[in-house]
Amino acid sequence: MDVTSDLQILRLSVQVAALATLGGLVPAIAVAVLLARRRFWGHTVVNALVHLPLVLPPVVTGFLLLRIFGTRGPVGAWLADTFGIVLAFRWTGAVVAAAVMGFPLMVRAIRSSIEGVDPRLEEAAATLGASPAWRLLTITLPLAVPGILAGAILGFAKALGEFGATITFVSNIPGETQTLALAIYALTQTPGGDAGVWRLAALSVAVSLVALIAAEALARRTAVRR
Amino acid sequence: MTTLDVAIRHRLERIAIDVALAAGAGLTAIVGPSGAGKTTLLHAIAGLFRPDDGRVVLGDEVLVDTAHGVFVPPDRRRIGYVTQDSRLFPHLTVRQNLAYGHWFTRDADRRLTVDAAIAMLDLDGLLARRPARLSGGERQRVALGRALATSPRLLLLDEPLAAVDVGRRQEILPYLDRLRQELALPTVYVTHALDEVRARAESVVTLDEGRIVSIVPGGSQLG
Repeated sequence: MDVTSDLQILRLSVQVAALATLGGLVPAIAVAVLLARRRFWGHTVVNALVHLPLVLPPVVTGFLLLRIFGTRGPVGAWLADTFGIVLAFRWTGAVVAAAVMGFPLMVRAIRSSIEGVDPRLEEAAATLGASPAWRLLTITLPLAVPGILAGAILGFAKALGEFGATITFVSNIPGETQTLALAIYALTQTPGGDAGVWRLAALSVAVSLVALIAAEALARRTAVRR
Repeated sequence: MTTLDVAIRHRLERIAIDVALAAGAGLTAIVGPSGAGKTTLLHAIAGLFRPDDGRVVLGDEVLVDTAHGVFVPPDRRRIGYVTQDSRLFPHLTVRQNLAYGHWFTRDADRRLTVDAAIAMLDLDGLLARRPARLSGGERQRVALGRALATSPRLLLLDEPLAAVDVGRRQEILPYLDRLRQELALPTVYVTHALDEVRARAESVVTLDEGRIVSIVPGGSQLG
């Protein structure tokens, strides 16, 4: 282990976590809106499915991802045949694993902030001529921004630290799927790996602190806007 | 002349309302004790719920006809609705609040510009502020202006003065008179303090337990 590979691991981790957060955000907002504002048949089922990755042992989630998105899984085979996209044992698969694991946390935070928006404001917007889609875009979501930010931060944090589902789905391949958590685990299994563990642990702390401080600053900015 | 015709029946948890009412131009006051169904009636006219049974007709447009499955959603009714709690959008400035509904109004339907609403309600000095930094009376004026900027065909006022200090109501009532005189906008005014509007009303409708108890001419009829 040297500094170059440390930085490469860091870059991969941040890349995986950022893409997982960005990719998960819009679906998470959509599901949160659905759960917060719509009553429909199957509400409970959708809610349970969304929460599944939070409750299942991460290894099980990883195993299921492998069976579904693996090259011989139903979705994985289709993706490979149609688009030539392979997820299993690739860094793109690590993004999927991190996104799935962070998804329930994002949905929960966003949902509760949407539920905190006064529905009477949406009614007022309706009488002013705004259709349901416009009410969502101009009233509900802007007022839920703090919760959306909180959800994104939680999702990013979860993605950055994700271990079980990732190692099961995409394994621990240096330079391809080896994120900070996986690299630290590999080093703890290696005689004389202690120095490397400390270096990567310090990097993890630094990244987490930067993310938290950035989040705090963002939250303060949106609070001032009110 | 725009005429409003309402005949609805609807069961809620606490009350069942059964009301038939016609309102012409001018101001129709609706009074009655709390829980009489006044707000529910306004919600039905605004389209905020689907009544179990009945019809709502505004001018020559059928807004609700349960027998024929007609229900025009609130965003296509062009009915201004001002409540006692203003419901201004907290993340927008006063100017943005005023422009909000105007932006959704089709060009062909626009009769009043945002600037005209600002002038009519003397909102010039408030435009850059957020709702949190307005007094109760100012909020109500902005809410009125916001509703007017959509060029509504009908104005619904639900206790618009209830959240304003008694001493400050005179800061709003003249504006209501001005709207009435300059825009000739049919208005349904819900209140439990009839004194506010008796002199201004064409007719006074009294509601109790979801039913109309009486309809009498208001002060503007008696002269």
